[in-house]
Amino acid sequence: MEFNHYILVCGGTGCESSKADDIYRNLLKECEAQGVKDSVQVVKTGCFGFCEQGPIVKILPEESFYVQVKPDDARELIAEHIVKGRQVERLLYDQEKTRRLTGIEDIQFYQKQLRVVLRNCGVINPENIDEYIAREGYAALEKAIFEMTPDEVVEELKTSGLRGRGGAGFPTWMKWKFTKQVQEEEKYIVCNADEGDPGAYMDRSTLEGDPHNVLEAMAIAGHTVGAKQGYIYIRAEYPLAINRLNKAIEQALDYGLLGENILGSDFSFNIELRLGAGAFVCGEETALLASVEGERGMPRPRPPFPAVKGLWNKPTVINNVETWANIPVILLRGANWFSNIGTDKSKGTKVFALTGKINNSGLVEVPMGTPLRDIINDIGGGIKDGKAFKAVQTGGPSGGVITSEFLDTPIDYEHLQELGSIMGSGGMIVMDEDDCMVDVAKFYLGFTVDESCGKCAPCRVGGRKLLNILERISKGQGSRQDLQKLKDIGEAMKRAALCGLGQTAPNPILSTMKYFEDEYLEHIDEQYCRAGKCKELVTYTINPENCIGCGICARRCPVNAISGEKRQPHEIDQALCIKCGECYNACKFDAVIVK
Amino acid sequence: MSTVNVKINNIPVEVEEGTTILTAAQQVGVKIPTLCYHPDLPAWAACGICVVKIEGSPKMMRACATPVVEGMSVITHDSEIVKVRRTVIELILSTHPNDCLECPRNQNCELQRLAAEFGIREMPYEDRLRDLPVDESTPSIVLNPEKCVLCGRCANVCQVMQDVWALEFIGRGDDVRIAPAGDINLEDSPCIKCGQCSAHCPVGAIYEQDDTAKVWEALRDPDMHCAVQIAPAVRVALGEAFGMDPGSIVTGKIYTALRRLGFDSVFDTNFSADLTIMEEGTEFIERFVNGNGDLPLITSCCPSWVDYMEKYYDDMIPSFSTAKSPQMMMAAMMKTYYANKIGIDPCSMFSVSVMPCTSKKYEITRCEAMYSSGCQDIDVSVTTRELARMIKQAGIDFENLPEEEADNPLGIYTGGGTIFGATGGVMEAALRTAYHLVTGEELGNVNLIDVRGLDGIKEASVDIKGTEVRVAVAHSISNVTKVLDKVREARLKGQEPPYHFIEVMACRGGCIGGGGQPYGATDELRNKRIAGIYQDDERSEFRCSHQNPAIIELYNDFLEKPLSHVSHKYLHTKYTPRPIYTK
Repeated sequence: MEFNHYILVCGGTGCESSKADDIYRNLLKECEAQGVKDSVQVVKTGCFGFCEQGPIVKILPEESFYVQVKPDDARELIAEHIVKGRQVERLLYDQEKTRRLTGIEDIQFYQKQLRVVLRNCGVINPENIDEYIAREGYAALEKAIFEMTPDEVVEELKTSGLRGRGGAGFPTWMKWKFTKQVQEEEKYIVCNADEGDPGAYMDRSTLEGDPHNVLEAMAIAGHTVGAKQGYIYIRAEYPLAINRLNKAIEQALDYGLLGENILGSDFSFNIELRLGAGAFVCGEETALLASVEGERGMPRPRPPFPAVKGLWNKPTVINNVETWANIPVILLRGANWFSNIGTDKSKGTKVFALTGKINNSGLVEVPMGTPLRDIINDIGGGIKDGKAFKAVQTGGPSGGVITSEFLDTPIDYEHLQELGSIMGSGGMIVMDEDDCMVDVAKFYLGFTVDESCGKCAPCRVGGRKLLNILERISKGQGSRQDLQKLKDIGEAMKRAALCGLGQTAPNPILSTMKYFEDEYLEHIDEQYCRAGKCKELVTYTINPENCIGCGICARRCPVNAISGEKRQPHEIDQALCIKCGECYNACKFDAVIVK
Repeated sequence: MSTVNVKINNIPVEVEEGTTILTAAQQVGVKIPTLCYHPDLPAWAACGICVVKIEGSPKMMRACATPVVEGMSVITHDSEIVKVRRTVIELILSTHPNDCLECPRNQNCELQRLAAEFGIREMPYEDRLRDLPVDESTPSIVLNPEKCVLCGRCANVCQVMQDVWALEFIGRGDDVRIAPAGDINLEDSPCIKCGQCSAHCPVGAIYEQDDTAKVWEALRDPDMHCAVQIAPAVRVALGEAFGMDPGSIVTGKIYTALRRLGFDSVFDTNFSADLTIMEEGTEFIERFVNGNGDLPLITSCCPSWVDYMEKYYDDMIPSFSTAKSPQMMMAAMMKTYYANKIGIDPCSMFSVSVMPCTSKKYEITRCEAMYSSGCQDIDVSVTTRELARMIKQAGIDFENLPEEEADNPLGIYTGGGTIFGATGGVMEAALRTAYHLVTGEELGNVNLIDVRGLDGIKEASVDIKGTEVRVAVAHSISNVTKVLDKVREARLKGQEPPYHFIEVMACRGGCIGGGGQPYGATDELRNKRIAGIYQDDERSEFRCSHQNPAIIELYNDFLEKPLSHVSHKYLHTKYTPRPIYTK
């Protein structure tokens, strides 16, 4: 059925939490009330990526890109855009605060992006298999079953140059080949959807926006290596993704695209979900497999690698969501098309969750080799509030910081590693001059210490010691010997921790120490935190020259540490002050000084 | 098996494919330090102390868990590797109480040894000790999580070797600790008290309940008649605690030492092992020949096994031999037959057993049959390790002691009694006597090699004058369950049982590998102890239990005949289902 208008409402988790669901319902209601329900189709899609501006509503065929839409805007959108054919100017994206932009192609956020993995996100209704099929969905599976031999599929992946998107960048074709080579009746396909880096939501959005893409890829792998069963290990905190995956599996079974004798062939393949309880370490593949088996999620030594001895000791292909999402499009458009994107050794695109002190936070997908500067300045729209860029953290708690002098580094596996960071799964957190590097390192260490499974001594004990030392330094109680201890422990962890979590946990410290040693020394020698983040090293005082005695700071102070007569300069009692910063934020006259 | 050629510190060596770097290094005389690794268990790879460098790899790898491949070149020691190892040891030490002097593992601790080898003189990192409650809920073992280094051996022994799953990791990060699953008391858990956790713990985090104080107190009491028995497996292991070779037979020295400690009567559990064979062998004949009772007959000498069966396989209770263990039979005879003989009140006799086993501490109060003399038949059971400490405390120069004899009549034994200490021994002894009971003749060759050795499950078929007896021997509970599942399956299908007679011992190698034996058991050491046991058998005057003159006398004077009503009163017991996780 043809409609005059299609209204796409973002159904990603970010927009949903900003009432996208109400917007969707109100739009339906308004279509009915205003008598246009037969000519308009309202669709809930996956994430558009531009989360900073959510909730997003896009109306076709005009390609009007409405941002920060509220449920109450539904009436106006239908009345103006649909009924009267006039765009609602005030809801269009305002890039330079000067002109309202209509469509995606004008928006700088999208201009340097290339959507391969996310090609269907924000385009189709993820809960409708027909929409996926209409976008060549399951054609790659058909091709793999009927037109290609398993060896050709592996060869195609090899030519494509696809590498694992979960972090380490291992060539995907090799994993498949190893598993394919083993002569075993039982083999397994596993999708690692245990995304857990702070601030990362690439995999979540991919699954929410285009679940069939991953199902199709897993079935292709099953056919290629000779497996009949697949598992998607996904954290229980991703209810929307779980819900959509379950619906997708059901529909694929209905259509004969999963289950027995897929597409009439003799190939059968089933997929089940396994819900993780939110342990970061279960993103490590051997811990994940242990968890699927019903064991405590703790890593196992490798070798043997899962490709040879994985789930229940059977050969297992385990890939990350984003890796899976690349597979169908590679088979459809060809390995050469894919390998033309990216750099010499890193092919294709990479999805990043861009967050932190950046104007346009959101989900971005760029060709490998895109300079960091393009992502931060062009796509990200620069640093918030005109502050100065300080560093960007890639690879989440396993990665390191990259400073402004390296902003022109092309992003690929090798370059990031050279800089002491890693690609990781794609978290990208931007920091500005207000961020303290000791504090940043402390934050990440706190995370890994919390998430350590406790199996191996270097990670379990070493992580805690690192955190203790950082806490000391951030209180101004550190010593120069502590810096050596950080290095010694960090080195021991890198070398002797059992899994990637422990081996990379010291990275945030080692890299901030490398690039911002002066900040560490300021904390140690001068008990000074230049960013004013380390509370113990900061004092809040009131400059009597600026203070007009309005009293707002005193009213905001949660511990009554501020006193003063009306219209007279106020004072902060240092003995009472808890350094929460409320007064600083409240003062409109720049009278509160942080030192 | 194909081999591969590798280099360890540039020394070429040819090893079997699949050999770990750790083992390959041992073959060229290179010792890589380890803490969590134990040869009994699959590599857990937790501690990170055995890291080595492999040429061409940027990472350090764990020697315990990494198999060698053709052409591999490994560096096991350089300044960088040693520094990493040292840092890891320092980190572990920072979480471990610094109270070696009061620790049960003082001078016998693998962490202490590492600290000494690495010359640790100061602690660079601040302590993070954990004030965790000590679990003393079972009579057998004590769990002190404060000292735990989280090597995982105990949990792996409990789960992989023993299939009991009493111990588990709880919590995460640096809050991880070992505790019974569900964080309950060990006593309320499925624990079978085998003590293999304590035998494998590298430090003082799990150890036997120390009952030596009660023994010292009784020995000081002039009104107490102190009687003691020693189990078969103790005689081939105690010497290790005094620097003697594993497998050295020190029976005579133990008798002497026990007398010097002040025991009034020194007996040998081997005697009551012979007695067990008389009862259990006759029970087997009753069931097998006369058809009275369930087949297969399953041995019941091992209290951990009894506990496991009552918890996990209570449908098999009718298959169990009702015969008490040799320890309990001896105690019953000491406090009735012997007490009567020397004219003392059983309750003024203090009966001590020296066992290779922590579970025997549990067995002595297991059910009312353990009080058959009218008072508690065994007052205290101590392990081989505890006896070693007592001998040291008493200033006895064990290695140079003269060898004495045990007291009569409960100290006389045959080879059949002594082999109870090794896996397969109970079966072998029972068959030696069963043959005689059925045919009235003596077995020509009493050495039943098929049931000996460390294979986890041993099956054999014995011809008793034209009748085939199918037997199975299993040790380590994980092997036992495989045998029992076969029996269950046959029953469900209404088929004839796959075996007529099954011997079970909970610990690997049987009692010689018991949880109360001197530390450091590996298969190499177990084999030495087993060799000692069979050596003791071969040099015995009598090889079959029914030939023991003291046993014959006991039946004539007191018990009448096997399975008589007197025997039932003193030598047999009952079993009760004990469902797990009921609290």
